[in-house]
Amino acid sequence: MNRRHFLQVGMGSVLVLAIARTLDREVFTGPILAKTSHFTILTEKDADVIRTLAPVILAGGLSDDAVERERAIQEVVTAFDRTVMGLSPAVQKEVQQLLSLLTFNLSRRWIAGVIKPWNETSAAEVKTFLDAWRNHRFQILQQGYQALARVIIACWYGNPRSWQSIGYTGPPFAEQLGAR
Amino acid sequence: MTETILTSVINDPIKLAMADRKRGWKVIDGTRLTADITVECDVVIIGSGAGGGTAAEIFTQAGLKVVMIEEGPFKSSSDFRMQEREAYPQLYQESAGRQTKDKGITILQGRTVGGSTTVNWTSSFRTPASTLKHWETIYGLTDYTAEKLAPWFARMENRLGISAWDTAPNENNDVLKRGCDKLSIPAAAIRRNVKGCWNLGYCGMGCPTNAKQSMLVTTIPSALDAGMSLIHSARVERLAHRHGQITSLLASGMARNNADAGPYKVRVSAKHFILAGGAINNPALMLRSKLPNPHDTLGKRTFLHPSSVSAAIMDSPVEAYAGAPQTIYSDHFLNTQALSGVIGYKLEAPPIHPILAGITLQGFGEEHAMWMKRLPNMQVVIALMRDGFHPQSSGGSVSIRGDGSALLDYPISDYVWDGMRRSLLAMAEIQFAAGAKVVMPVHEDAKPARRWRDAKALIESLPMQTLRTRVASAHVMGGCAMGNDERASVISGDGRHHQLENLWVFDGSAFPTSIGANPQLSIYGMVARNATQLATLLTT
Repeated sequence: MNRRHFLQVGMGSVLVLAIARTLDREVFTGPILAKTSHFTILTEKDADVIRTLAPVILAGGLSDDAVERERAIQEVVTAFDRTVMGLSPAVQKEVQQLLSLLTFNLSRRWIAGVIKPWNETSAAEVKTFLDAWRNHRFQILQQGYQALARVIIACWYGNPRSWQSIGYTGPPFAEQLGAR
Repeated sequence: MTETILTSVINDPIKLAMADRKRGWKVIDGTRLTADITVECDVVIIGSGAGGGTAAEIFTQAGLKVVMIEEGPFKSSSDFRMQEREAYPQLYQESAGRQTKDKGITILQGRTVGGSTTVNWTSSFRTPASTLKHWETIYGLTDYTAEKLAPWFARMENRLGISAWDTAPNENNDVLKRGCDKLSIPAAAIRRNVKGCWNLGYCGMGCPTNAKQSMLVTTIPSALDAGMSLIHSARVERLAHRHGQITSLLASGMARNNADAGPYKVRVSAKHFILAGGAINNPALMLRSKLPNPHDTLGKRTFLHPSSVSAAIMDSPVEAYAGAPQTIYSDHFLNTQALSGVIGYKLEAPPIHPILAGITLQGFGEEHAMWMKRLPNMQVVIALMRDGFHPQSSGGSVSIRGDGSALLDYPISDYVWDGMRRSLLAMAEIQFAAGAKVVMPVHEDAKPARRWRDAKALIESLPMQTLRTRVASAHVMGGCAMGNDERASVISGDGRHHQLENLWVFDGSAFPTSIGANPQLSIYGMVARNATQLATLLTT
């Protein structure tokens, strides 16, 4: 990869991102739709992305029981929203841009290589996307992968429901210290 | 249905003092302002960590009228519930997810009353003599010799209960010790700033038993008893300056989410201004305020002790989440390298809790879950690079984003990467020597190795690159370097800004290089000295 090529692709991404954000705001998640979101930061479409990525990122770490699994994923999505809220405003904006890029049809296809909408994407297709970004030659996409994976992982393993599966016994002397 | 009310067997000294009107603590919560406020004092301290806390007690004891401003909230032992998901957003900069510009290094830094001392792992080292010698030779800091600083270290060790930790190390640390012993690598016990420690292992989430002698439970209560005003949950936006003097500071009370600025302002005018917000926030505040920076030294040479990470699986339980987190270290790879040669590193063992392990280990899905499921048997060693002692290790530089927030750019040089690779080799060899079944360098391209020979071949072939090799930091230093050459530093050896006569930097950002050891005691000692000198100057 030469510098010129990198700059072209880099600029292309920025442009797509700008278009995605504009369209996203005005066409897809205008004020009426935005109000229906259950979240503080995430839009409903952002939440779809997290809901689709979480079972693949956490594969092997979630229960096989369908009900427990569904509850875990919902809690990860809620925690993701809360976690992003606790980041600095500048980083919050970066996460929102990343999610816009993944939710807008054009950039989802071009940059993420995911053809179908997230809620129709199979686990294998999600894994292909994650592997591609994880090992991508562009740092910015590696950063995107790491941000998504880390926040989703933190949201699950911070949840006491995950602890039994990893053999973590939780805080000691919780009763004596009034920690629960 | 009966309801059990759980109460702690530990009293919360902060909540008790706040409720006791006779103590007369003056504490203002920036999230609860209902109007702008203006305050006047002799000295205002920005930041409440190792530097700010130490200075506060010294100034109030000298009879000065002191105001302390802290960006983070005022949390104390009854809030410290040993839950990562609560502690990180409450007590750390950017929810413990602060990163360098290219996201290559994740930085753990406190943001709460007591700063990083509230959440650190209690490791206490005097500044290494070799570091001080280097400062004397290169930066002309002739007052910073081991002999001249010894009484200041001794004073703070006494104040904070810093002493040998006589309890046996937890298994995570003992593996490091056993591996080093097997290979004839010297390793020793770490001194800790604790009194009556329960050996729980949750120092990083705030000490629930008040055993850790952080600023939160020592110097800050003492300063509040002596009349200091504490304004917490307030972020300093700007310093105003005129004719070589800082005239006032402007802060915003934080919004309830504790991430954004709220609507009300705090204005403080003072005779002297002390910066103690850490090596990333101090330069950012000075840059936002457009303070004189004639030689473009501000925010430059910021150091992190960038650290590589090596994970292992042992045969028997390690439970690295339980027991005092850091009790064994080895300086072998510092002491056997000349400062002018290849980069040296310090070996330590970190605590391993589910979130910290989860976000540090590489990969996702089954690859990641396989490691998480072995959390109880997981052992981890980290290697802290001694950055800043060589021309090819010039550290990072702080700038401000469009919204004024701090951004640290820290490109890792080939010289530092070489140290990362050597350290991954050393750590794997030590872990195998201690009986590890599997060792895995934390790196996106690494696979677990079952034999030292395989690990060696793997590590020698891994690309040492940003975002591939996992790099963490828990120590921010530099950026407002002290020195006697104005062209190469920001402040003088006594902490005074070269161009602004009533502005002082009293924390780890004053260091001209990294320390080569966990920095808290270096900050305590240096600030005890400089704050005492300043207090004398202001009261005589």
